[in-house]
Order: sequence, then C-alpha cells, then structure tokens
Amino acid sequence: MKVTVDEDKCCGAGQCVLIAPEVFDQREDDGIVIILDAEPPEQLRVPVREAAGVCPAAAIVLSEIA
Amino acid sequence: MNVPSGVLALRAKQQEGPLARVRLWDGSTPWLVTRYAEQRALLADPRVSADISRPGYPSSAPVNGSSTVSFILMDDPEHARLRRMVTAPFAIKRVEALRPAVQKIVDELIDDMLAGPKPVDLVEAFALPVPSLVICELLGVPYSDHDFFQDNSKTIIKRDASPEQRMAALGHLAGYLDNLLDEKLASPGDDMLSRLTERIKTGELSRREAAQMGVLLLIAGHETTANMIALGTLALLENPDQLALLRDTDDEKLVVSAVEELLRYLHITHNGRRRVALEDIEIAGQLIRAGEGLIMANDIGNRDPDAFPDPDRLDIRRDARHHVAFGFGVHQCLGQPLARLELQIVYSTLYRRIPTLRLATDLEQIPFKHDGSVYGVYELPVTWWLFPRTADRQRPRQPRGSHESDHRPGQVRRFRTVRGRRRGRVRSARRGRHRRAAQPRPAGGAGRRRPARGGGLPGAGHPHRGVTSGPIQS
Repeated sequence: MKVTVDEDKCCGAGQCVLIAPEVFDQREDDGIVIILDAEPPEQLRVPVREAAGVCPAAAIVLSEIA
Repeated sequence: MNVPSGVLALRAKQQEGPLARVRLWDGSTPWLVTRYAEQRALLADPRVSADISRPGYPSSAPVNGSSTVSFILMDDPEHARLRRMVTAPFAIKRVEALRPAVQKIVDELIDDMLAGPKPVDLVEAFALPVPSLVICELLGVPYSDHDFFQDNSKTIIKRDASPEQRMAALGHLAGYLDNLLDEKLASPGDDMLSRLTERIKTGELSRREAAQMGVLLLIAGHETTANMIALGTLALLENPDQLALLRDTDDEKLVVSAVEELLRYLHITHNGRRRVALEDIEIAGQLIRAGEGLIMANDIGNRDPDAFPDPDRLDIRRDARHHVAFGFGVHQCLGQPLARLELQIVYSTLYRRIPTLRLATDLEQIPFKHDGSVYGVYELPVTWWLFPRTADRQRPRQPRGSHESDHRPGQVRRFRTVRGRRRGRVRSARRGRHRRAAQPRPAGGAGRRRPARGGGLPGAGHPHRGVTSGPIQS
C-alpha cells in the first residue's frame, strides 16, 4: 500500500493522526498533514484505510503498489 | 430520552428519501439532505459553497453584513488561509499536551461541587465552567476576566436576545480581545492569541481578523462542549448499563469510543450545516440546481440505519467514529481534538469521582433546548450520596501524564482508581450516610475551594439559527 497526501486539500482536522499515528503526523506551524511512513506495513492497512475514509477533505490517497 | 416532534418529522422524511424540499422563514425552499451518505458527499463537494452572502444560501434568519462573518462562512482559498492560522494549536499532539491542565480543571470543579450544597445544577457548576476555563487557558484570557466572557458569550447565543444586545455583546468581546491582543503584542506568552500576534507582525493577518478569530474560538469552545457534558450525563443516567460500563472500565479505548458514540447519539448541532450549490449537481437521482440551498441534517444523518445499525440505541462499544457530529468537508470542526480531550476526561472522571450521581428531579422536569442553536439542557439538577474521600484527599494529586511519557495521542490514560478501591468507596459511602445523620459533614476539600465562578445557564439559541451553529464547524 502506498500513501500520498494532498497538502493543499488538508484542513488539519487531525483524525488521521488519531487513527494511525504511525503513518500520519501534523506540521508544527499549521497542523497540516505529514506522512511518516508512505508504505506502511500490512498490519497498518486497516487503520490507514479508516483514516483515509474519515478524512473530511479527502486529502489522503491510497494506492496499491504493483 | 426526550425526542422532539421535529426530530421525528425529520426521521420520517429520511425514510422517504435522501433529499426533500423544505420551506424556510423567508419562503425559500432549499433541499433538506437527510441521509448520511448524501450529506457526506455534498459537504465534501467543491461545487458546494458555505458563503452566506451568496444568493440561495439557506440562512436561518435575515443576514446582516455584520462582523460575525468569519471563515466558517467563507470558501477556499480565503477560508483555508484563515483557518490555517489557527490550526496548529488544535493539532493532536498540541492538544494532548493540555491533558494534565484539563484534568486539573475537571478535578477542581468536582472538588468544588462535592464541597458545595446539593442538589446542584450540573450545567452551571460543571458543564459550562469546564470548556470556559479550557478555552480561556488556550487563548490566554486571564482568569479574572472569565465571568465577563461567559456573560457575553451567553448573550450572543441566547435566542431571545435582541439583535442590539447580541451586537453589543459581540462588540464587548471583540473590544476586550483587541485590548488583550495589545498586551500580547507587548509581552507574548505561550498561548494562541500570542501566536496570532506573530501573524499580525508578519502582515499575514490583519488585526481585525485576529480579533474576530479570537471571538470565534472563544464562543465555539463554550456551549457546544458544555451541552455535550450535561446532555451526555443525562443520556448516561438514563442508560445505566452504559454508564456502568463506562464508569467501571479500565480500557481507555472504551472511553474513546464512548465519546464518539455520545457525539453521534446526541448530535447537539441540530440546526445542521447549510450550503448553497455553485453548479448543477446530480445526486441520488435528483438534480440540485446551481443557486439552490442545502441543509444537511447531520443529527438525523447520525441516526441513518445504513451508516449506524440500530441507530437509536446508545451503545458505547459501537464503532461510531465516522459520525458527522463535527460536520464533514473542509469546514469540519477545527476544535474537535480539544472537544474530544475534554469529553474523554470528563466522562472518565465525573462518574468515577461521584459514582452515586443521579438526577435530583424527574426527567419530565428537565428543560431541553429544543429552541437553542445548540441542543442540550438548560439545567440539570443532580445530587449524590456523600461519601468520605479522606484516603484520596490525603494522597497528593499526581498530574496526569507526568509518568506516562509513552502515551499515544488519542488514547485516554488509565484511571487512577482500581476496581477494589471503587467498591470500597461505595461501601464507605453507605457508612458515610449513616454517620452524616449524627454529625455535620466533614469539611473535606473546602480548603481547595476556589472563588465562585461565573455561573448561569447558557441561553436559548438566537434567531440566527444555523449561522451561529457555525462556531462548531470552521
């Protein structure tokens, strides 16, 4: 699984950090999303999918690595 | 729980279909969006505008071009520019760092309640002071000005306040925050207003915008969380099995999920989110024309059986995190991490500290805010059996988190009580009742008592319904 984010879309609600703190964090100065692990391991798939699902700004994009 | 007839009517509409025409006070007929999936889709759709000045916006009262318009009623890119100025203090880790301070506020308010007379109005003694003190701390408002703030923000959200009274109260707050900005410019501290002054210095933010943001954040932090505390307590008292689960658990995840479920179940922002279509939008087989208004009834969206099975059941073990109580889309509540933190601490502390908490009146006597811009109760008279807490009082209060540096954001720390001690407390509570008949109540905790806080109940919402529900989302 590959995780990308659209920083311009992000509204800093922080839900992704709550759900998958191993994969997402927020910038110090404006709370915008940072990716900590762009290719998270198998066991983090479920929380990462949930984080993408609840992201209010649809800023998280998931794709499968070929 | 008390289900208003208006809600039942909305639920009936939800069963008929995802969209329905409704008629507003001005004769306009916007769409009421009743179902969860369509609400989420439309709130996230860039073809939908939150700009209250656009023709067709379904406002809940006449719009005056007042200074109350803030970024909650703007579209990107202006909305994003302003929102990003105040996002950082609400970042998960920053909010998590407030946990010990919020726990202290909650503990001291409970100390005061236990030391004071019974019955007590939980709204005035606890539910309103918690978020007030927290937001004032966040903004760097001195405690001595807390009453002033509470009085004015109550006036702004009061339904029966005249427009003049509302404007005057807003003016007082804006003026006060403007002065406080001056002070923070001269000697900045570690608070949100001080950080806003940095943005003023760099020219990123005008002074007026900074003061407006201060007012918005201040108001947004008050009544919403207060209503969640009071109404949540009532909901739990009416569902004793759920209250027992929450009170007796050592599982921090259960507290987290209880907060989400109560946010879903109570859905205090019952005026919905309002928008206007910028282009023609086809959804659920229906064509929404450009310029038509949209009202997302998120309260019934959270009771949509397709999204939440058995939706009228309060089940704190349910996975409810996908609720829309904070809205959805780029305007989703900015303060949600802080709200979650406060509610996690309150729900995991109040019922443990006062395990015999109960209503001091009949449910039928509780005045609900059917007419408020935010749903809740005007008063919640509660009482409890007194129980000696000498063992706890002699123990020095340990700041939460001081010994748990590995704590993860979003999780609730383990509670200080263990099952054995809680059972012991209840037993001694019963002994205490007998003893109390023979001797005056020990003055335990009185030394910790703080000056009386600004009390009073939050007012009924004001005629700008839906407009002032704005502070909840941003």
